[in-house]
Amino acid sequence: MYKAMTEVAEQNKDLKDLVKREYKEGFVTEIESDTLAPGLDEDVVRLISEKKGEPEFMLEYRLKAFRRWQKMKEPDWAHINYPKIDFQAISYYSAPKALPKLESLDQVDPKLLETYEKLGIPLEEQKMLANVAVDAVFDSVSVRTTFRETLSAAGVIFMPISEAVHEHPELVKKYLSSVVPVQDNYYAALNSAVFSDGSFVFIPKGVRCPMELSTYFRINEMNTGQFERTLIIAEEDAYVSYLEGCTAPQRDENQLHAAVVELIAHEGAEIKYSTVQNWYPGDENGKGGIYNFVTKRGLCKGDNSKISWTQVETGSAITWKYPSVVLQGDNSVGEFYSVALSHNKQQADTGTKMIHMGKNTSSTIISKGISAGHGQNTYRGLVKVLKGADNARNFSQCDSLLMGDRCGAHTFPYIEVQNPSANLEHEATTSKISEDQLFYLMQRGLSAEAAVSMIVNGFCKEVFRELPMEFAVEAQKLLDISLEGAVG
Amino acid sequence: MLSIKNLHASVFDTPILNGIDLQVNAGEVHAIMGPNGSGKSTLANVIAGRPGYEITAGSVEYLGQDIAGLEADERACEGIFLAFQYPVEIPGVSNMAMLKAAINSIRKYRGEAEITAADFLKLIRNKAELVEMKQEFLKRSVNEGFSGGEKKRNEILQMAMLEPKLALLDETDSGLDIDALKIVAQGVNALRGEDRAIVLVTHYQRLLDYIVPDFVHVLSAGKIVKSGDKSLALKLEQEGYSWIEDELQQAS
Repeated sequence: MYKAMTEVAEQNKDLKDLVKREYKEGFVTEIESDTLAPGLDEDVVRLISEKKGEPEFMLEYRLKAFRRWQKMKEPDWAHINYPKIDFQAISYYSAPKALPKLESLDQVDPKLLETYEKLGIPLEEQKMLANVAVDAVFDSVSVRTTFRETLSAAGVIFMPISEAVHEHPELVKKYLSSVVPVQDNYYAALNSAVFSDGSFVFIPKGVRCPMELSTYFRINEMNTGQFERTLIIAEEDAYVSYLEGCTAPQRDENQLHAAVVELIAHEGAEIKYSTVQNWYPGDENGKGGIYNFVTKRGLCKGDNSKISWTQVETGSAITWKYPSVVLQGDNSVGEFYSVALSHNKQQADTGTKMIHMGKNTSSTIISKGISAGHGQNTYRGLVKVLKGADNARNFSQCDSLLMGDRCGAHTFPYIEVQNPSANLEHEATTSKISEDQLFYLMQRGLSAEAAVSMIVNGFCKEVFRELPMEFAVEAQKLLDISLEGAVG
Repeated sequence: MLSIKNLHASVFDTPILNGIDLQVNAGEVHAIMGPNGSGKSTLANVIAGRPGYEITAGSVEYLGQDIAGLEADERACEGIFLAFQYPVEIPGVSNMAMLKAAINSIRKYRGEAEITAADFLKLIRNKAELVEMKQEFLKRSVNEGFSGGEKKRNEILQMAMLEPKLALLDETDSGLDIDALKIVAQGVNALRGEDRAIVLVTHYQRLLDYIVPDFVHVLSAGKIVKSGDKSLALKLEQEGYSWIEDELQQAS
């Protein structure tokens, strides 16, 4: 069974477009970097592996991926437009010149610390949010992972994946690409060949991770791509909540970010993965900005496991991203909560895939798309129920909010059901911020901007409440900043 | 408080008001009546500053200031409140959150400090009691899934919370059963006071049994054609509007 539907709705007059947006994370850190010359061939792949001093199995993994990638074609089915990417013009590795191994914070370049301070992510533990451990990834490498000792006392492994390759090769070998095979798609193959860092998380059996884990990604160097790789494993009955945040300097050139995230939840385990994505979106004419081509997938491997994706996507020139859940274990649960904002010339094609394999599996999809300016926002989602998936249930809700008369919202829900006992519900709405709502709130004394912010935050509420508290506040602020100058 | 002189106004370029003169002083309650399409609601919306409702001639002065140049939110902060005929729903925004933001926005405009959480809770509990609104309504999204009567009561709750100087009620009585009408009237009467003025736009005399006006004006074709006291409303109730039309024709 296949079903597709497009809703292009337009908002008319009066509500003046949102334009003015200040991207306060747009600064550049002046730091000496060790950056590879642009270009990609087998030698570059070997060099990256060598720079990291990787064991043989990793080099083989990379080369296999690279050879696959060479034979693959860039996907063109998404509802996005951009000039062809010259993959030979990108540098595939960049790292701040620093001491090879950091024993303490004193050894981190002060400029880097300053960068993260400016971004509101202090890396000194005493200054941090008490309950969040951070891994900071700058261009291609991890610069600092906090609270490692506290976590290891609980048996939790939280470290850069480049270190995990050395310290826990058996785990990396076992799980890397067990959810996203190297040949899965064009960008996943590219990532597998050239990824340089990212986070590795392992929560052993029965452990509830004592704090929120988070990774903060920062692209700094020009003409570099960031290819991070995240691998999170929750053993039987383990629980972890993981957050990621991302920013990049304001540059006129487009930059590529092609990440792969894999989650594995064993029997009874739960993984909650939250993203606040604020990559540089480009200017109001669509110049510059990050191409955010990301593959995220979770595997509910064991019975009664649960994986939940929450994303707030306000940045990037182009977003191409479908965090998915494979519901393999019986009674497993998959969730996807998303707010995607696209304005000016931003384009977002995002959604999820819920693949029901086990019995009594259930999934929930709540997607909130906001389009403004010339923004194009597409929801693309697949709910697939395989033959053996008795009593699968899915609830999908896709809401679009339009601001201005030049933006677009599109919804492509795909449904494939091979088991007659499945129970699927799909709801979709497209609305615009009405003059009536605005006038109503303004008549109560709110400024036009405060009124818009209130309406938009209300629209996103079902997603925001899934975020951990501090991030919910940050997400709201981010939306407010993005909506500055929304009405004239 | 409110001084309207020769007011002409259009709604999205269609002329509706054709020369209204109206003087409303502090402490007074005025009722604006008239047949459908006579311009009653337009008058209330023009005063509140609804986009698309343009003053084409004449003036509206509020507290001695011409308000034509003020945005709707500025007018609200100056103390003008409109109870809507059709209150809109704002999904995901709780009644409480909206009211707190509104109160603080108005306080900021006046250079006052924000209301404390404790004071706000105390205030809203008191006012909710006045309109017999259950606590759970305060936590629900603004007007979402409210019945017609609940929406109107919510308007009165908001009015009671914001304590405006000039309250405009646009057909707040329409669609209310008698019990709800009494509750609404109770809320409005509680707000009556020497330093406040209330303008009621209504179709029916019924509301005026509970909120007794000092003046009644009849609007026809965008003009006030007759003014009087409460007895005028009673006469309209019994005889309809046609006798006024007849009077007008005889006079011309």
